Amino acid sequence: MAVVFDKPHALCDVATTYCPGCTHGIIHRLVAEVMDELGIEGNTIGIFPVGCSVMAYKFFECDMVGAPHGRAPAVATGIKRALPDSVVFTYQGDGDLAAIGTCETVHAAARGENITVIFVNNTIYGMTGGQMAPTTLPGQVTQTTPYGREPEIQGYPVKVCEMLATIDGTALAQRVSVDTPAHIREAKKAIKKAFENQINKKGFSLVEVLSTCPTNWGLTPVDALQRLRDEMIPYFPLGVYKDEAVWNKEEKAD
Amino acid sequence: MERVLMKGNEALAEAAIRAGCKCFFAYPITPQTEVAAYLAKNMKKRNITFLQAESELAAVNMVLGASSAGVRTMTSSSSPGISLKSEGVSYLAGSDLPAVIVNVQRGGPGLGSIQPSQSDYWQATKALGHGDFQLIVFAPASVQETVDMTIRAFEEADRYRMPVMILTDGFIGQMMEPVTFSDETPKIEPKDWAACGHKGGRKHNIINSLFLQPDELEASVDARYEKYETIKKNIHDAEIYMCEDADLVITAFGTTARVAKSAVNQAREKGIKAGLFRPKTLWPFPVEELNAACKTAKKVLSVEMSKGQMVDDIRLALNCRIPVEFFGRNGGNIPTPAEILDEIVKISERGL
Amino acid sequence: MLTETIICGFGGQGVLFSGKLLANAALMEGKELSWLPSYGPEMRGGTCNCSVCISDDPIGSPLVTAPDIVIAMNGPSFDKFEPMVKPGGIVFADSSIIDRKSTRDDITVYYIPSTEMAKENGLTGMANIIILGKVIRECSDNFFGIDYDKIVSVFEKIIPPKKAAMIEKNTKAFKLGYDYEK
Repeated sequence: MAVVFDKPHALCDVATTYCPGCTHGIIHRLVAEVMDELGIEGNTIGIFPVGCSVMAYKFFECDMVGAPHGRAPAVATGIKRALPDSVVFTYQGDGDLAAIGTCETVHAAARGENITVIFVNNTIYGMTGGQMAPTTLPGQVTQTTPYGREPEIQGYPVKVCEMLATIDGTALAQRVSVDTPAHIREAKKAIKKAFENQINKKGFSLVEVLSTCPTNWGLTPVDALQRLRDEMIPYFPLGVYKDEAVWNKEEKAD
Repeated sequence: MERVLMKGNEALAEAAIRAGCKCFFAYPITPQTEVAAYLAKNMKKRNITFLQAESELAAVNMVLGASSAGVRTMTSSSSPGISLKSEGVSYLAGSDLPAVIVNVQRGGPGLGSIQPSQSDYWQATKALGHGDFQLIVFAPASVQETVDMTIRAFEEADRYRMPVMILTDGFIGQMMEPVTFSDETPKIEPKDWAACGHKGGRKHNIINSLFLQPDELEASVDARYEKYETIKKNIHDAEIYMCEDADLVITAFGTTARVAKSAVNQAREKGIKAGLFRPKTLWPFPVEELNAACKTAKKVLSVEMSKGQMVDDIRLALNCRIPVEFFGRNGGNIPTPAEILDEIVKISERGL
Repeated sequence: MLTETIICGFGGQGVLFSGKLLANAALMEGKELSWLPSYGPEMRGGTCNCSVCISDDPIGSPLVTAPDIVIAMNGPSFDKFEPMVKPGGIVFADSSIIDRKSTRDDITVYYIPSTEMAKENGLTGMANIIILGKVIRECSDNFFGIDYDKIVSVFEKIIPPKKAAMIEKNTKAFKLGYDYEK
């Protein structure tokens, strides 16, 4: 019998710990498929953050290192400088990357650190039970914005791709979504490019993936995807914000 | 071996290179800057990585990354910067990662001063970060000892898979003394636990400090404490000077021990039977050595550049058998030999 | 024997460098030594000093509080360190800058107009080396026999070949102080 669908090798054969309907599972799979396709699993070190994906070390077959909250880009830098020919990626949520770890994110980008960053934006702190994130939308109700986020009080969301696009060391800043099959295909292409950039030593590559949190949004998985389309994409438009080799410019990526 | 004249901070950096330190990450702070400057100057010709991090937090986490990857790595800072690193040090300990952390102490709390101090003794020996863990802490008192202890720190860090601290201060860091370096190249054992890519040849390695099940975390912490018991047996060192017949034993580490030694000599000239006990390891504390040094002692005087942070450890090590007095300066002031001598004379006049 | 020296002045006058010359000479002699600088916010013109201890035996406290010898390059340093000198000790003062005289009768004080001498001889910025010349002339015994030739060989050792002109300049300044007769 022909196999038409299989688990990627780089994904461990275990059940994930994510809530039903959460899109982390899709994003994990995309990263694992890319590792398989590029044949890099044995040379890859993944950095798992603090947040919902803190258990990611159980889900990827490559070597995995845990970082303190927000420090994944610094940990990745340490590994990459120690082993320049390895492939190093971080997998971070919005609180981790865009609040407590903003400094590490911005400076890893500014150094043109040759790493891949998978940034999962679901506009909320999931692991701790649904508090306001740096990407929580104006008006969004969370445990710590019970009347909706009021920019006059809590300020505005951080637009990570737009910010990183202004940095010379950024090779790729692209925002994608996993709400439809077409968007998922697009997301995989972007993730693959972010890894290829690293293999070809092009510089700091970040893919922001708009993601859902049905549990903490208080929506069904289907309604959560609809919210992503109706509310998140208008505020965080999909697209390529920067795509320009920082290093190794003459050498073409596939 | 040629004697060369070097600052403590520069000699420390040179020792790190010779110990096989491949990656160094730090953030500028007085009075440790020469460590970074020396490594930056040497990085290309000696084939090491030096990266000035955007913050102390980033620096210590770069160390965490490089250590995870299996290379010898170090960061250095001074007191306020070490406080910032405490998060990363706790993760290093919780992840069983070797690393060398250098604290060239200055006066605190807060921004404090940039002058030498020993007021991070508690931080180094009791609580450099959250959770149950210890660091091995070496306290050099000369430039040569800074070199020897730095090389040893890398070895012990690898041997026991844990962070090791060199607790020095602005005085030793800035001071130049003659120093010799051994030409021995270190033997670095392969690290089969490192996250350096499994190459399809083994199961994935995981560097982690998270254990959500209480029993799992407890088992992991208990195992680490068993290791600490071994370390307590294997690592403890002190200098004992003129204590054979001493009525009064001065205890001091690092810089203050240098000053106290001069005071002990002057006290002896006055006919006061004083001696000096200088712990070289602050954790583990050299309990046996202290008890041996205090065999004839009627009193102990702890001299420190702090408000007396080592006093409790001395009392505990002596089981409160001998009264322990304290004399110290803080804020970046160094006690002078005359001040210590005055204190010795006062204690002696009150009766030993 | 232990000789404890403090060299002091404004930042930028080369007081730390003078100390390094003494320290290196002691190193070449196989002596025990320590060189300890004051350090503070990096400001040119602020006061600055270093303690140099040279001995046959390992150095105890490298911090000098009762110096045998003081080399003072400015007024505030003279005021601070001259009273600390041990009875029988020696002070060298740059009299171009320090207008006061010592009132102590238990120490020897040499006044050398080294800053003016430097200016007159096209050696601006080398008053520290001129005064060191006088120090070595008068105190070679205190410094374990470190003499004219030994200091010159230190110039050759620690000044990099690319700055060879500086060896000549330093030697010239050093000789000027060494030959100063007052």
